[in-house]
Amino acid sequence: MRFKLFSLLAALLLVSACATDPEDTDGQTGGGAAAQTGGSAAGSAPVQVVPGSVQDFIVNVGDRVFFDFDRSTLTAKAQETLDKQAEWLSRISAATITVEGHADERGTREYNLALGDRRANAVKDYLISKGVAANRIKTISYGKERPAVLGSNEWAWSQNRRSVTTITGGAES
Amino acid sequence: MRFVRETFLYPARCAMAIAASIILGFMTLPAAAELQVDITRGHLQPLPIAVADFHGTQAVETQVGRDIATVVAANLERSGLFKPVDKRAFLQDAASLQVQPRFADWRVINAQALVNGAIRVQGDGRLKVEFRLWDVFAEAQMAGLQYTTRRENWRRVAHIIADAIYKRITGEEGYFDTRIVYVAESGPANRRIKRLAIMDQDGANHRHLTDGRALVLTPRFSRSAQEITYLSYFNNTPRVYLFNIDTGRQEVLGAFKGMTFAPRFAPNGNSVIMSHAENGNSDIYTMDLRTRKSKRLTSHPAIDTSPSFSPDGKRVVFNSDRGGSPQVYVMNADGSNVRRISFNRGRYATPVWSPRGDLIAFTKQSGGRFFIGVMRPDGSGERLLSESFLEESPTWAPNGRVLMFFRQEPTNKQGGGGAVHLYSVDLTGHNLRRVVTPGQASDPAWSPIIP
Repeated sequence: MRFKLFSLLAALLLVSACATDPEDTDGQTGGGAAAQTGGSAAGSAPVQVVPGSVQDFIVNVGDRVFFDFDRSTLTAKAQETLDKQAEWLSRISAATITVEGHADERGTREYNLALGDRRANAVKDYLISKGVAANRIKTISYGKERPAVLGSNEWAWSQNRRSVTTITGGAES
Repeated sequence: MRFVRETFLYPARCAMAIAASIILGFMTLPAAAELQVDITRGHLQPLPIAVADFHGTQAVETQVGRDIATVVAANLERSGLFKPVDKRAFLQDAASLQVQPRFADWRVINAQALVNGAIRVQGDGRLKVEFRLWDVFAEAQMAGLQYTTRRENWRRVAHIIADAIYKRITGEEGYFDTRIVYVAESGPANRRIKRLAIMDQDGANHRHLTDGRALVLTPRFSRSAQEITYLSYFNNTPRVYLFNIDTGRQEVLGAFKGMTFAPRFAPNGNSVIMSHAENGNSDIYTMDLRTRKSKRLTSHPAIDTSPSFSPDGKRVVFNSDRGGSPQVYVMNADGSNVRRISFNRGRYATPVWSPRGDLIAFTKQSGGRFFIGVMRPDGSGERLLSESFLEESPTWAPNGRVLMFFRQEPTNKQGGGGAVHLYSVDLTGHNLRRVVTPGQASDPAWSPIIP
């Protein structure tokens, strides 16, 4: 299940890479988040998205939000994405999620584990405030262990300071 | 000419029993005239030392004798305090050296200290290993010891001999009879395989302790050196575990709801101090390993992590962002009297109390660079020992004179780079060296002297 999610995500990243080449946006912060711009990328993707599916969530809602350096406060853009997540979760009421908290590499391993936990819980708390039941949400911190984007530059770091909401059950297939 | 005065038995563990006795020399030096290396000074010239192959008559004795001399010389060389003289320059052979050193022959090749020894296979098949350390200029014996052990223990005997030489000449305890546990890394940065691995301090006897299926991080030794505490993502649930090296037994520590991480043993080995994250807030707890009762030490909305006990167990140094950025704080072992000690420019993390109690090692992040440094427990006297793009996780050699840590190279967009390796550096900031591991390596932890 988990593995499938990863490969699906990887495919989406490839698709959107055509529109937003990370090479070109190198050095810019917050530029073209692959999955966040998934909505527009889906237009060029030859996949049929089943409403209420995991794919629907990733492509049409956006599974991740980004954070400033050493911060866990939710930006306006992050809140916008999470509002859409909460709305989707209210429609797909059987869905359960795990919110992963991640950090960039510019910190020590242990501090970043704590920071990732803080970020995941900031997202969890926000979703609860938007009506998602607490017992549908799990959190896990990966610290700096699972970067989404490789590279030691500002753009890569901005993409890695993130939370990722993964659907763990109850979605349409 | 040779007297055996004392014999004491090391605790039998892993069939590693080594009997040691002291060989007294026929001359004793007045203290003032002794050959000495003052290692508290900064940059110093390594002491030229000749380590002769230990003498034997049978082939097996000759072989072990050569191997021991090699391991002893390599240890001393790596410390940066000694410069082994090239064996090819030696004028006196091992056999005649056993009778009496011809000091003039060693002076002429500029050796200031000389090590020789002998190996004998006894009737029961065990090895008797004896060694002597000589002051070449004073023409006097500085140390003499004799060990009896099983043949497969020859490497440990070599480390024990190197420790004895180091101690006799520097006045400080040695650190060669120790091991390193670390995280062996392989695979791309976003799908890294991490396995616990253990090796002797010099890289020998390397083996993996976990198979890489679960992500593992931050192993640390107990005082007994037979047990490790670490973080594992087994079942995708990050928790602190204990690992018994002798039995291979692993167990999760406590039944915490939420992530536990950043574990370290208390100096007496009876408890583990660690962070517990609950509802997005990390605080510091101890868990008594006998009663399995946990105790909360900090209760603050900030991140509190990376705790490390002082060697007397009375205080704890830790990392907190309660002041707005990660800094180093000290508190009493019951959680009272919290005060910040890092006040220089930068972000401070991973504080580790020296086994001698006099210093705290840390990772510092400043101006886009990472540093390993030390400061006194009151925060004064900060010294930076190493700097690079990214380095962290200092660990102390048991004598408090050498630190090990890891460095990560920058990663490029193609996913190349990003290599991690272990390094060691002297407390004076000299003798920075890469620690050789079979693959990539991070999160080192230095064991105590093996009991």
